[in-house]
Amino acid sequence: MALSTASNFARPDDAFRAVVEAHRGLSDEQSADLDAALVLVLANHIGDLGVLNEAIALAKRRMLDAGQQQQQQQQ
Amino acid sequence: MAQTKTRFGYRRHPDQDRTAMSAAEHAVVVVGAGPVGLSLAIDLAQRGQSVVLLDDADRIGEGSRAICFSKRSLEFWDRLGVGQRMVDKGVVWGVGRVFHGEQQLYQFNLLPEEGHKRPAFINLQQFYAEAYLVDRVEELSAVDLRWRNKVTGLEARNDHVLLTIQTPDGPYRLGARFVIACDGAKSSLRQMVGAEFSGQAFEDQFLIADVKMTAAFPTERWFWFDPPFHPGRSALLHKQPDDIWRIDLQLSRFADPAVEKLPENVRPRIARMLGHDKFDFEWISLYKFQCCRMDNFIHGRVIFAGDAAHQVSPFGARGANSGLEDAENLAWKLDRVLRETSPESLLESYHIERSAAADENIRESTRSTDFMAPNSHQEARLRKAALSLARETEFGKRMVNAGRLSTPSIYHTPLSTADGDGDGWRGGPRPGASMPDAPIAASSDEPMFLTDAFAKGGTQFTLLAFGNGAAVKAPEGVAAIRIGGEGGFADPAGLAASRYDAEPGTAYLLRPDGYVAARFRHPTRPALDAALARAAGQN
Repeated sequence: MALSTASNFARPDDAFRAVVEAHRGLSDEQSADLDAALVLVLANHIGDLGVLNEAIALAKRRMLDAGQQQQQQQQ
Repeated sequence: MAQTKTRFGYRRHPDQDRTAMSAAEHAVVVVGAGPVGLSLAIDLAQRGQSVVLLDDADRIGEGSRAICFSKRSLEFWDRLGVGQRMVDKGVVWGVGRVFHGEQQLYQFNLLPEEGHKRPAFINLQQFYAEAYLVDRVEELSAVDLRWRNKVTGLEARNDHVLLTIQTPDGPYRLGARFVIACDGAKSSLRQMVGAEFSGQAFEDQFLIADVKMTAAFPTERWFWFDPPFHPGRSALLHKQPDDIWRIDLQLSRFADPAVEKLPENVRPRIARMLGHDKFDFEWISLYKFQCCRMDNFIHGRVIFAGDAAHQVSPFGARGANSGLEDAENLAWKLDRVLRETSPESLLESYHIERSAAADENIRESTRSTDFMAPNSHQEARLRKAALSLARETEFGKRMVNAGRLSTPSIYHTPLSTADGDGDGWRGGPRPGASMPDAPIAASSDEPMFLTDAFAKGGTQFTLLAFGNGAAVKAPEGVAAIRIGGEGGFADPAGLAASRYDAEPGTAYLLRPDGYVAARFRHPTRPALDAALARAAGQN
């Protein structure tokens, strides 16, 4: 199975909102704790190491892109 | 320890009277009389080889070292004639519990099924294991055990290795076709051949205390994350024979070892853990560890085994047990090479199989260590998440890593013959896996185990054949175990058949170390001969 990057929610705004609201009122530390637990719960639900590794790679690539953009802006 | 002999006299050997120019020549010299060297020497001797076994000390090491010996190790020791003695003295266990704070997160059973001769583990102080192995060595005239013989020099020659050995009577020299270095983590032979020993060193410190007390705790492995008696760190409690309990406490990276190991500082910690002060210390030490292995376990005619070849963290009982698996893997191969029934290249499979096993052990024990001692805030956060999820979810329990205990590796090896395309295996041990045990009965209804029949079959390859299928005769020099059919062993509980996914005619070719070399639904003599030649390294 490959990582699905198609839009899977009929109402993506609801999903985004659900995550945002979960973090409302939390300190950064609490938010980080919540995210850590959420990642493990969702990773287990996916239950496919290949998909998980693809997801990690995609998330990391975003970080890399952001870093490069920042560098370019500074130049 | 009253009945156990632990000091041994140095005896001068006639080899020492020879001049350097006419040094005695031996086929095999094993260096290091620890569990690995002793077991290897016994195995080789039982196969008919003469072995010189050298040790630089004159005593069995004291103190707290290996305590957990696996089912696989016990099955190996059964073949060496010492398994029962180990089990009789040892503390049998298979259940572990993991706690977080005061709450039990989960428990596990490492051998949840019946029908095995040996338990998942016994706990036994290493000095008992060594003493019993030395007793066995003394019954075997083919092993020449020389105490206070320290190897100080090693020269590789074309067809042998020349060792320089220091003794209380001065040095002498000894030639060997093969030298097996079982001289431990600080192997001096490894330094002599100039081999790299690379890996990861861990900064975390752990305190081991073996305490003597009578306690009603069950004989289980108990592991705590963040217990009330040792906040923020981990702790382990495990029973050994003679009312000795192993306690392992994680300390800070920055703790001062000299201060931490003072009994007056250790005692309050353990009193908090046990809830009382009625115990005596047998041993206290602080340790750090590293996970390393040699790039190649074979350096010409010098072959490395056990801690000399690879080191792991102690979590998972993968140190001594993997060393014993090295010994059982090497012994039969070396025997065949010395008899010239296999080419020397067979030995390369020792490195292939056992270095992969070392990598697996290092990977598993590193993961456990990282879980116990997270390397960053985020790792600590993920661990906290796993521990908290473990309270209410099954998957969380399985993510919590308090040590994954040693199981035999499955070898991906050129010695294996791949399963036939149409054979349709639904279970059973794959080629490269170790043989599962099962209860069987001889025709006299005498209950026994498959591992007994394997050990009785001797020291060569074994054909394990099931049922009434077309019988294929075992090639010459191959032992045969037949389950079912006329004259075969009975399989009263049907466990042999189910554990081997047997149908009438199913046959397994087992290597002399009890690993599956090949398996067939419908064995033919040519297919068997080809698998045998492959497993013996002949092609």
